[in-house]
Amino acid sequence: MGHNRGEDKKKEPVLTVEELSVSFSMYRRGLKKENLEVLHKLSLSVQAGEILAVAGSSGSGKSILAHAILGILPGNACMEGRMLYQGKFFDAKEKAKLRGKEIAFIPQSVDYLDPLMRIGKQVTGIRGTRERQRELFRKYGLDEDAEKKYPYELSGGMARRVLIASALMNEAQLIVADEPTPGLDLGMAREALKDFRELADQGCAVLLITHDLDLAVRVADRVAVFYAGTVVETAPSGDFLAGRDALRHPYSKALWDALPQHEFKPVSGTQPYAGSLPEGCLFQDRCAQRSGLCGGYIPMRSLRGGEVRCIHAK
Amino acid sequence: MERTVSDRVFFHRLKINTRTRVMVFLCLAAVYLLGIFFWGLFMPERAFEVNYTDKLLPPGAGHLFGTDFMGRDMLLRSVKGLSVSMVIAFLAAGVGSVIALAAGVAAAVLGGRVDGFVNWCVDLCMGIPHLVLLILISFMLGRGERGVTAAVALTHWPELTRVVRSEVLGVRSSQYVLAAYKMGKSRLSVAWNHVIPHVLPVYVTGVILLFPHAIMHEASITFLGFGLPADKPAIGVILSESMKYIASGNWWLALFPGIMLLTAIMLFDAIGENLKKLWNPDNGNE
Amino acid sequence: MQSETGKGMALEARHISFRYRKQKDWILKDVSLTVEPGERVGLTGPSGCGKSTLAKILAGYEEPLEGEVLLDGSLLPKKGYCPVQMIYQHPEQAVNPRWRMEKILCEGWIPDEKLLEDMGIEREWLRRWPSELSGGELQRFCIARVLGPRTRFLICDEISTMLDVITQAQIWQKVLELARKQRLGMLVVTHNMALAEKVCTRILSIHDCSLTSINGGIAG
Repeated sequence: MGHNRGEDKKKEPVLTVEELSVSFSMYRRGLKKENLEVLHKLSLSVQAGEILAVAGSSGSGKSILAHAILGILPGNACMEGRMLYQGKFFDAKEKAKLRGKEIAFIPQSVDYLDPLMRIGKQVTGIRGTRERQRELFRKYGLDEDAEKKYPYELSGGMARRVLIASALMNEAQLIVADEPTPGLDLGMAREALKDFRELADQGCAVLLITHDLDLAVRVADRVAVFYAGTVVETAPSGDFLAGRDALRHPYSKALWDALPQHEFKPVSGTQPYAGSLPEGCLFQDRCAQRSGLCGGYIPMRSLRGGEVRCIHAK
Repeated sequence: MERTVSDRVFFHRLKINTRTRVMVFLCLAAVYLLGIFFWGLFMPERAFEVNYTDKLLPPGAGHLFGTDFMGRDMLLRSVKGLSVSMVIAFLAAGVGSVIALAAGVAAAVLGGRVDGFVNWCVDLCMGIPHLVLLILISFMLGRGERGVTAAVALTHWPELTRVVRSEVLGVRSSQYVLAAYKMGKSRLSVAWNHVIPHVLPVYVTGVILLFPHAIMHEASITFLGFGLPADKPAIGVILSESMKYIASGNWWLALFPGIMLLTAIMLFDAIGENLKKLWNPDNGNE
Repeated sequence: MQSETGKGMALEARHISFRYRKQKDWILKDVSLTVEPGERVGLTGPSGCGKSTLAKILAGYEEPLEGEVLLDGSLLPKKGYCPVQMIYQHPEQAVNPRWRMEKILCEGWIPDEKLLEDMGIEREWLRRWPSELSGGELQRFCIARVLGPRTRFLICDEISTMLDVITQAQIWQKVLELARKQRLGMLVVTHNMALAEKVCTRILSIHDCSLTSINGGIAG
């Protein structure tokens, strides 16, 4: 409902990520160091008024993508590729300036909150007002009591709502949400996702990072399927509802099959480890359609209103 | 495909990685501190004996740190003084850390009244200004070496007790320890395999971080006249003597011993902090 | 009494009531529940309704204020290997970060090669530290380490909530297969109805501190 209300505006992406690679230098044995690439030539874009869900397995580097966009990667990370925000080049300095203002981040856990500050004060922050905070708390069903609590006293669901509320204190243009739904029951999760829908309908661009494909599909406009550190397919969410044949990449189809409300049949194998990735297609070891060509460079290509990184997709 | 390289985080520009740097630093710091410690420990009394012909010489080739009003070499006196301070600090930190370990573990494991009592003692000790407590204990035990050592030992356990207690409590209630009990592990086995490996690194860094405090506090009460007697070559004695000569322009009497004291304290502190970083499994890669 | 009712070997919660502090409201009030061997009972309900608390009580991690938990008619053992084992939502908290995976896996019993293969645990992972594995990989270890022959009941508290759907399906298929083989009784706490229906033989829901039965689930 209300999808694509931003269509009357010019369709210029709020955020464009082109061929982004992120690697970490890690210690192996003793004092030896090693470079580990966790994101590989990843491309995606989000428009105003749109929710782009980034869905993929745990450990595929989704959170790293969020941290890269916000410029909060740890010191041992190295980044390559290009990022554009509102059509402008987007470097570390810009990121620091816009973070927490035009770009809001909803982190994965309460660990990101100051454990020694009361919730109310923390959400209000430096720039917010008391009224706005009250209004948001009312909206998210947080009572006056919650304001006076410390982060450790919150239940999982409450914590999530507090994090969402604190991200919305300022007028955000781009919202990056990292796994906002686990810990919430179905009703609350739907509620939270509905709030994201509402934000998008008001003109925000929302990047929703989640492993809960099922829920994401219900609110997002497009879904980027993430696998082993790259996006293998971007599809309108309608395709996920339409069924496995509407999907493009074999991995997306495998995801569809594995959902408990469908077949609940998993594809065998595990996601390759960042240090030992195969050449070419990252999914080839688990793919039934694998052929000799899968070992070469696989570009992202347009197909049936979406994009896919597979030479066999039709 | 065009590849644009931008927005790089040049954290790998340092040729040696952080862990190697930390290790090299730790070794150098340890060599320096141990060097001073042993040099002072085995230094004969006559190395800094009175020599009135060389009275109040400014720093120079013969006497790197200059000499004092009795013509004693300030470098050797400072080294000896720092070494004496370290001996007291080692003794005090040793005693203090044993108290802390016992009290902290008892509080966490026995809980209830014991926990209440230990916490009460900790609060009591931390409630009194540290220096006042030091002076009181040292004064009561008749000052001198015994008084200072006892005072420093008896006032440095509360912080470490708290740390040990909270670490033991934390690991004891962690899911993996609860699961271990359910898998039929005995208390002894859990203590040996889970609790000690978790608490030990924190404890050791805690003890190392005690040293600078102990040295500093020993120097402080000696400086104030409640510690070691004036005939001892202690760093506190040296500094308090030098106060009389600063006004007359003999700046080196305070400056060099002061710098040596500060360096030793900062090195101990840095060793502790770096070990903390090295042993933390979460940021071991940075 | 057990032989009279013919129930015998089962995990039973009898008239359990629980609250964390005296002043607080009851979380569970007079809850009774029986899990038979080979049975998989789903437990759903809104967050904060006491699902996890009931799971912890059944596994012996919490003592009920009223009522008792019986295994084959007697209280759960306080010492030694507990036949009722629990698997948690966050595997990274359930393993000692200072241990290698090999040691973690073998803490309770020594799993054989076959089980590791079944659970999709690769040999190479055994030499790694927990921080070098993903949540899904760690959860496989947490499950494998409690699937020993002495385990008879498994309490699964949202064990696949943090995992992606493929890993979720993989892990559940394996757990179901092994549970059938060993005739384990299971209590499956989840908020995902679709999952409960695929996994459980019957489904219960907690509302206002007590249990109600929901239709659904598959035949054992």
